[in-house]
Amino acid sequence: MAVLRASPFAAGLLAATTPAQAHLMNSGFGPFYDGLAHPLLSPEDLLPAVAMTLLAGLGGARQGRFVLATLPLAWLAGMAAGWALGLPTAPAWLTAVVTALLGALVAGDLRLPLEVMVALAAAIGALHGYDNGHDLAATTGALVGIIGIACSLFAIVSLLAGQVAVLKAQWARLAVRISGSWIGAVGLLMLGWSVKS
Amino acid sequence: MNERSSRIASLLPWLLLLYSTRAHAHILGDEAGGFISGFEHPISGLDHILAMVSVGLWGAQLGAPAIWVLPVTFPIVMAFGGMLGLMGVPLPGTEIGIALSAIGLGAMVASEARPPLWIAALLVGFFAIFHGHAHGTELPPDESGVLYSIGFVVATGLLHLTGIAIGLIHRWKAGEVTMRLGGVGVALAGCFFLWDSLP
Repeated sequence: MAVLRASPFAAGLLAATTPAQAHLMNSGFGPFYDGLAHPLLSPEDLLPAVAMTLLAGLGGARQGRFVLATLPLAWLAGMAAGWALGLPTAPAWLTAVVTALLGALVAGDLRLPLEVMVALAAAIGALHGYDNGHDLAATTGALVGIIGIACSLFAIVSLLAGQVAVLKAQWARLAVRISGSWIGAVGLLMLGWSVKS
Repeated sequence: MNERSSRIASLLPWLLLLYSTRAHAHILGDEAGGFISGFEHPISGLDHILAMVSVGLWGAQLGAPAIWVLPVTFPIVMAFGGMLGLMGVPLPGTEIGIALSAIGLGAMVASEARPPLWIAALLVGFFAIFHGHAHGTELPPDESGVLYSIGFVVATGLLHLTGIAIGLIHRWKAGEVTMRLGGVGVALAGCFFLWDSLP
């Protein structure tokens, strides 16, 4: 029953985020707030970040804390590199594969060792951060925007991983795993799109 | 009371649709359009709706763990089928496969079949490929791919949840019989789809 109540709510949240999706956010409040809004409104970035967070949360409070430190910092480092280097970004299929894999890990509720979890968070942060930094390089106030994005990720991870880590009831963990399976399914479809276009 | 609550549950997907359409009208049309057209796709054809709701019904009949294994299997394998469709990998007899899925899943619900879990998951997954492939090849151009995919997966998941919600009546004898009759109805509809899809 509770799963039934939670899932439409999650779907509603997704529905609510869609209209403002854009390549580079323009919140009207300046680059810092553009940066804050970016991860929330870009599903390509949000889905893997959320999947990583759910995975860390399922792994417990300790893993959650480590990912809370790793993901935003790696993202920040990636953005700095993308902003400074200006090398080509990762292909779309790689993002799709990462999203599908992370979703599958959440769906399977796989217990990973802490080192693997941290390495995974670092790799995902670097990959997506690099993309963001590369895109932001062309805009004014890019550095402030980069800080906004990192803050936003910190908020996402702390709120979500904290919520998931305290879940004890079986149905609640199942609801998290089901949302992971949905993220994985979206990743597979994204892979199809990336080949098509 | 119980019938009313399941009716309310089945309305939820539509409620969400209304919610996102309003935002669509105001802000970025194209990108919100991706989510909405993805969301509308699984709920736009009766053959898809019946099959996906049946997965939830069957899961509800079987109880844990099938009640969540089957609805998790279907979207993942369906997405895999959709990926093949997007990549242009041909799959013969898609429409026939979809019609057969309604017959097969309807028959499972009608007979309250209790195969081992892996066979049930395999069956559901097999049918899911056809549903996904049909969606993958019918995609409209110029949509936001990610948002389309999200809408598509969310709508599918909600259809399963609708089936599970209806399945709450299974605890009563009358509800059990009603669900089995519903399975018969789905199988009969599948026969009609099959007739329709044959050349």
